[in-house]
Amino acid sequence: MVKGREGERIRLYTRGTVLGYKRSKSNQYPNTSLVQIEGVNTKEEVAWYAGKKMAYIYKAKVKKNGSHYRCIWGKVTRPHGNTGIVRAKFKSNLPPKSMGARVRVFMYPSNI
Amino acid sequence: MAPKDRKPHVSRNPDLIRGVGKYSRSKMYHKRGLWAIKAKNGGAFPKHEKKAADAAPAVKPPKFYPADDIKKPLVNKRKARPTKLRASITPGTVLIILAGRFKGKRVVFLKQLTSGLLLVTGPFKINGVPLRRVNQSYVIATSTKVDVSGVNVEKFDDKYFGKKVEKKTKKGEGEFFEAEKEEKNTLPQDKKDDQKSVDAALIASIECVPDLKSYLGARFSLKAGMKPHELVF
Repeated sequence: MVKGREGERIRLYTRGTVLGYKRSKSNQYPNTSLVQIEGVNTKEEVAWYAGKKMAYIYKAKVKKNGSHYRCIWGKVTRPHGNTGIVRAKFKSNLPPKSMGARVRVFMYPSNI
Repeated sequence: MAPKDRKPHVSRNPDLIRGVGKYSRSKMYHKRGLWAIKAKNGGAFPKHEKKAADAAPAVKPPKFYPADDIKKPLVNKRKARPTKLRASITPGTVLIILAGRFKGKRVVFLKQLTSGLLLVTGPFKINGVPLRRVNQSYVIATSTKVDVSGVNVEKFDDKYFGKKVEKKTKKGEGEFFEAEKEEKNTLPQDKKDDQKSVDAALIASIECVPDLKSYLGARFSLKAGMKPHELVF
């Protein structure tokens, strides 16, 4: 990665937390994850985030493509319930250790 | 009267309901004026002699008939168009780039290219973004506009930004690698000149507006407590 201004931290994503998989009381469906986006508290607010890309970033011991960091891409699919939780689908299902972990919700594909 | 000059004729027999006309056959005969045409022609409807059809060239029965019927591909009338430009993006709009090397940079929009990508410039002197193509989905349009009337962007199209085709030299490997490295590193001078000419007019109009230059030089970032869905750009 080429660094323009070094040390300038730009955050162009919203923070989110993985809550778990889509589930009923005793069955879970790991192909869809539930994500809590910071600052989003109602179903209507989620409409802005529909379709936005998300990334679950994690570290691994082995270097791939020159980096210890790896990423699973996904996107916001629809709201879940009334209080701003969101359903998300990822390229490959999120691992169970991601529950409670950080997810980045980007502002693209943008519609503004 | 040549048939081509006539407009397609509306029916003289209006529908009462679908399938039932208002006028009977005899009434329609009268309305169409066939009696007048016959009278003009001496009692019979004017006929034209059929042109002798040219005898179709003798076709030999084909030697080979395919066993299965071949399906004809469906007709495709789709036209390729550039992506529809959002109403908020007009020439001179300041855009925020969301991804890539220049993420967070505020940049001036120049025009949409035929591929649908947006042509954009920093200007280079202000924030280091050269003339570049950017996808509409990876951009936020702000309400800030810059005056771009003095800029001529006619000559830029997708070919200008395409990768240069490398000549295939199959000479000795040592020479090959050295030559390749030299070519790749430098930007051709004419591209630098293009950048300067576009930016010159832009920078002049930017400096007229107070604070716009430092605005374009600063990068956008989300801070604590900022909610993108509530921000007005």
